[in-house]
Amino acid sequence: MTSSFFINIIRFILLVLVQVLVFNRLNFFGFINPMVYILFLYWYPIKENRAAFIGLSFLLGLSIDFFSDTMALHSAATITIAYLRPVIMRFVFGINYEFQSFKLSNTTRAQQFTFLALLILVHHLVYFSLEIFSFANLLLIVKKVLAIGSASLILCLLFGSLFSVNKE
Amino acid sequence: MQQIINFIIRYKNFLLYIFLLIISLAFTIQSHSYHQSSFFNSSNWIAGNIYGVFHGITTYFDLDEENEKLLQDNKRLRDQLFNLESSATINIDTASIKYTIVTGQVIKNSYADNRNYITINRGKKDSVKQDMGVITDLGVLGIVENTSNKFATVQSILNENSNINAKIKNTNHFGSLIWDGRNYDAVQLIDIPRLVPLTIGDTIVTGAMSSIFPENIPIGTIKKFDLDISNSFYRIDIDLFNDMTNIKNVYIINNLDRKEVLDLEEETTND
Repeated sequence: MTSSFFINIIRFILLVLVQVLVFNRLNFFGFINPMVYILFLYWYPIKENRAAFIGLSFLLGLSIDFFSDTMALHSAATITIAYLRPVIMRFVFGINYEFQSFKLSNTTRAQQFTFLALLILVHHLVYFSLEIFSFANLLLIVKKVLAIGSASLILCLLFGSLFSVNKE
Repeated sequence: MQQIINFIIRYKNFLLYIFLLIISLAFTIQSHSYHQSSFFNSSNWIAGNIYGVFHGITTYFDLDEENEKLLQDNKRLRDQLFNLESSATINIDTASIKYTIVTGQVIKNSYADNRNYITINRGKKDSVKQDMGVITDLGVLGIVENTSNKFATVQSILNENSNINAKIKNTNHFGSLIWDGRNYDAVQLIDIPRLVPLTIGDTIVTGAMSSIFPENIPIGTIKKFDLDISNSFYRIDIDLFNDMTNIKNVYIINNLDRKEVLDLEEETTND
């Protein structure tokens, strides 16, 4: 319990720093800044208290907002996927995930990929709808969600395989 | 009562989610109007210092390029100075100064969002205050929005809330400079009447209506122009002189007359 607690604290801090100091400055093609901090929600233990998880996600989003002058856009998007995570997991992993022995590392690659992709898709949809905040620019929202979403997905997959979660 | 408590316990996650979402939305939507939230900005102590340390490390990588830029700027100013009519030493009367300048450096730049803010390493300690203009050697950059002791956030001209008075150089036709959020190297000038003769390549500078910027600070050149929906005003696309992706040294302009101008305007509208 304590070791997992500390791992999560360190992960939290490192992901915030990597996000604001590296990926917010990437500006690939002038507008693509992948959001890798979503990995925190992907890696977070499944059996933990849900309220604490939502609270922690709010803090995560808020920390990113503090650095990137985005008001509370990251917070809103992050708590949305934190709240929806059980729904997404039930959809991806079926009823399996409620068993005591369920581990993310035991699932198939395709399932992990879908899980991550859905988290990113929902997050980016909420984020860019709120950022642009007008249906007149629907095309711009779709463009940003697709382009930045796929960049986030690729980088999250790379990071995910680099730091695998066998311990949990 | 029992049922209410049961309900709350049962849906506590959902209620927590809704509560936090409302907080976030309140902060976000509030800032869709003119001003950035004074709470959520990167001029705060923690973000400012972390950016400051990171800036201290990365600042060495482009010293050569920055030196070259400053040299060019000095050359331009010296050219002007040596060709002044009165070559004698100019005595500056401190009572007649209208603008004072503070130099600073960008520690965080952003241009990929719809509302971009830049963080600089000057703050209240250096007498930087809200609504001061920020320029580079090439042109206009933005307006100071929030300050902390050592840092300040600047609302970039690449911000949907940005609205700066601008005019066509050597004329008095002025309009508003805005940004449509699409392209980081182009901004838009609106409200120029269709009677005004325009040519592609004309220079756009800041206008005299603003109490933030001095007149005639360069902004960019006309890239293309169309009539807007009402058919009586132009909507002009402007190529910026500044490369917004690569900004380091900035000048913060303090207009000493600004308070007087604002007081007077307020008095007039109240009458």
